[in-house]
Amino acid sequence: MTVETKLPYDKDYINQFSGDHQEPEWMKELRLQALEQVDKLELPKPDKTKIGKWNFSRFKHTAQGEKISSLTELPPEINDFLDKDNLPENIIIQRNHSVAYAAISQELKDKGVIFTDIFTAIKEHSDLVQRYYMKDAVSIDEHRLTALHAALMNGGVFVYVPKNVEIEDPLQVIFWQEDPEVALFNHVLVVADENSSVTYVENYISHNNEEETVANVVTEVIAQNNARISFGAVDNFASGTTAYNNRRGVAYRDATIDWALGQMNDGNTVSENVTHLIGDNSISNAKTVSVGRGNQSQNFTANIVHFGKNSEGYILQHGVMKDKATSIFNGVGKIEHGASKSNAEQESRVLMLSEKARGDANPILLIDEDDVTAGHAASVGRVDPLQLYYLMSRGITQKEAERLVIHGFLAPVVNQLPIESVKEQLTQVIERKVY
Amino acid sequence: MAGSTLEIKNLHVSIEGNEILKGVDLTIKGGEFHAIMGPNGTGKSTLASAIMGHPKFEITEGSVLLDGEDVLEMDVDERARAGLFLAMQYPSEISGVTTSDFLRSSINARREEGDEIPLMKFIKEMDEALDYLEIDKNMAQRYLNEGFSGGEKKRNEILQLMLLKPEIAILDEIDSGLDIDALKVVSKGINKLRDENFGCLIITHYQRLLNYITPDAVHVMMQGRVVKSGGPELAQRLEAEGYDWIKEELGIEDETVGQEA
Ligand SMILES: Nc1ncnc2c1ncn2[C@@H]1O[C@H](COP(=O)(O)OP(=O)(O)OP(=O)(O)O)[C@@H](O)[C@H]1O
Ligand SMILES: [Mg+2]
Repeated sequence: MTVETKLPYDKDYINQFSGDHQEPEWMKELRLQALEQVDKLELPKPDKTKIGKWNFSRFKHTAQGEKISSLTELPPEINDFLDKDNLPENIIIQRNHSVAYAAISQELKDKGVIFTDIFTAIKEHSDLVQRYYMKDAVSIDEHRLTALHAALMNGGVFVYVPKNVEIEDPLQVIFWQEDPEVALFNHVLVVADENSSVTYVENYISHNNEEETVANVVTEVIAQNNARISFGAVDNFASGTTAYNNRRGVAYRDATIDWALGQMNDGNTVSENVTHLIGDNSISNAKTVSVGRGNQSQNFTANIVHFGKNSEGYILQHGVMKDKATSIFNGVGKIEHGASKSNAEQESRVLMLSEKARGDANPILLIDEDDVTAGHAASVGRVDPLQLYYLMSRGITQKEAERLVIHGFLAPVVNQLPIESVKEQLTQVIERKVY
Repeated sequence: MAGSTLEIKNLHVSIEGNEILKGVDLTIKGGEFHAIMGPNGTGKSTLASAIMGHPKFEITEGSVLLDGEDVLEMDVDERARAGLFLAMQYPSEISGVTTSDFLRSSINARREEGDEIPLMKFIKEMDEALDYLEIDKNMAQRYLNEGFSGGEKKRNEILQLMLLKPEIAILDEIDSGLDIDALKVVSKGINKLRDENFGCLIITHYQRLLNYITPDAVHVMMQGRVVKSGGPELAQRLEAEGYDWIKEELGIEDETVGQEA
C-alpha cells in the first residue's frame, strides 16, 4: 500500500470498534487477522478496468442514523422504495450504520426465521453466523478489498431460513448511505437451510455527488440441499461513492439461486456476481441490468462455476451506455472436471447510446469436462434505426421511441425483480439515468 | 370536400446513390381507394417508404403534399400525426415492448399531454379491434411482432390501422402470407374504415385482395414509374394475362428499376 492511501485504522481502532459492538472473540480475531493482511494483498484486477487510482481510502468509517418511527412516515429520499398499498411485513431499513426500522412477522419468528442486522446476529446467533461468515463463499484473503471489508465491516443483515420453511412474502432491506461521506462496509449473509425457500430484495441508495466515499459490500448467499433463493437488488449509489460489490452464491444439491440485479450506481463500480454450483442438479439464473452515464467506469462480472453434475447456469447481462461512460461486461461460465451433463449458457448485450461511450462484452467459457453443453452470445450495438422508424411511423416521438426500445431491451431483467415497488423503482432509476 | 388529400408529384427517390423512383405522380383523396400493382422490384415499397420517411431513402426531386403541407419536411412521427399510416411489408420486431404498450403509446402520441386515453377505454377499444380481426387476445401482451408468424404480423398492422384511424393509409402487401380466412378478416378490417374521410393506397400482387376491397383506381408500376392507370378492370386483366401486354404496349423489355425504357 502506498503512503497516500494509508488508512487511519489500526489494531487499536479495530479492537475498540469490535468492543463497542460487544462482538464475540472470533469476530474480533477475524477482523484483526484481516487487518494484518490488508497491506500484503493487492487490489483486485478486474479484466480491462484499471482501478488503481479509484478512491478506496478516503471515507468516514462510522455514522449513526436516526430512527424511523413508522413506514407511513418515511423520509422523502427513500419513500419510493416501499409498496404503499402493500406495506412489507418483513423489512429492515439501515440508515448509515444504524437500524432505523426493523420488522419481521410473528409467523416467521415462530418458524425460526432470523432476519436481523448483522451486529445483532453476531451477538445472538454467534455460532450460526461464524459457521458461514466469509468461509464457503468469499474468503478474507482474496485481495485487499475483501480483507479491508473483513477488518472494517460496519453494517449489513443476516437471514437464516430453517429447514423446510418456505417464505412466501419477500424480505426487503434498504441500505441508505445518508451521510455523504460515510462508507458502507456492508456484509449480507443469507442462508437457506435444506428444503427451504426465500425471496430477498435489497436496495442501496446514496445522494453524495460532491463528497467522496466508498462502498465495500460483500454478500454471501448459501442455498443448502434443495433450497431456493431468489435474490433481487437495485444498487443506486451516487457518483461520489466508489463501489466494490461482491455478491457470491453457493448452491448445494438440487438447490437454486436466482439473481436479478439492477446495477445502477453512478460512481465507479466493480460489481462481481459469482455463483458456485457445488451440488448435483443445482441451478442458477443470473440476470443483470446496468446503465452507465457521465464519466463513470464500471466493471461487471457474472460468473457461474459448475462443480456438481447436471448443474445449470444461465447468465443474462444487459447494459446501456451513454455519455462517456465505460463498462466492461464479463460473462464467465466455468465447468469443472467431473461436472458432467452440465449446461452453461450466457448472453451479454450492450446498447450504446452515444459515440463517446465504451462498452465491451467478454463472454468466456472455461470447460474442463467433455460431457457438457455450453453456449454464449454477446453483442455491442446501437439502437436499430429501423425499429425507431417503425415506432415513429405510428406517431411516437423519437425520444419516446428510444425510451420504449431501451426499456424493452432491459425488460428481461427488470421484469424478474420479485417486488413490484422495487421493479417500479428500478424502472424510475433507469428512466432517470437514461434521459 | 371530405377527408385529406395526398399529392405525390414527380417524385424521384434514391437509395445509396441509385435512383429507384423516377418521377411518380399520384393523388389520393379522402374516400378513394387506389391499388398499385407491378412486378417485383419495380419500386412499390420504395414509394411507400419514401412517403413515410424511411431513413435509408433520399428524395432527390419532386414533392409529397398532405392537404397542401409539405410532408417531406416533416419527421416520421410528424407525418404519422398529420394523418399518414403505412402498413409495412416487413414490420420490425421490438423485444421487451408489448404490443399493447406500443398501441397505447401510439394512440397517446396523437393526443395532448394530460389528455391520454383512459386505460379502461383503451383496453375496451383494443379488445373490440382484436375481436373484429379474430386475433388471440394474448397477442396484445406479447412483445411487438417478436416471433409473430407472417400472417400475425399482417393482422397486427391492420390492428394498428383500426385503432389509429389515419386519414390516408398505405398498405404494402398486406395480403402476402395470409391464408384465405385471414385475407377475409383483414379485408373486413380495412373495409370497416372505408368512408369519405379515409383514403387508401393498396400495394398488392393479387387480384384476390381486390375482390374483397374494390379499388376506385388501379395503377401499374414499372421501372420506378406509374406506367399505366385504370379502373378495377385493369387489375382483372393483369390477373388473367400478366404484365407482358403492358410491356409490349410500352416497349419495355426489363421492367425492374435501373433498366431504361
Ligand atoms: N435498402 C435497399 N438497398 C439497396 N437497394 C434497395 C433497397 N431497397 C430497395 N432497393 C432496390 O430498389 C428496387 C425497388 O425495390 P422495392 O422494394 O421498392 O420493390 P417492390 O416493387 O416493392 O418489389 P416487391 O414486389 O418485390 O415487394 C429493387 O431493385 C431493390 O433491390
Ligand atoms: Mg415491396
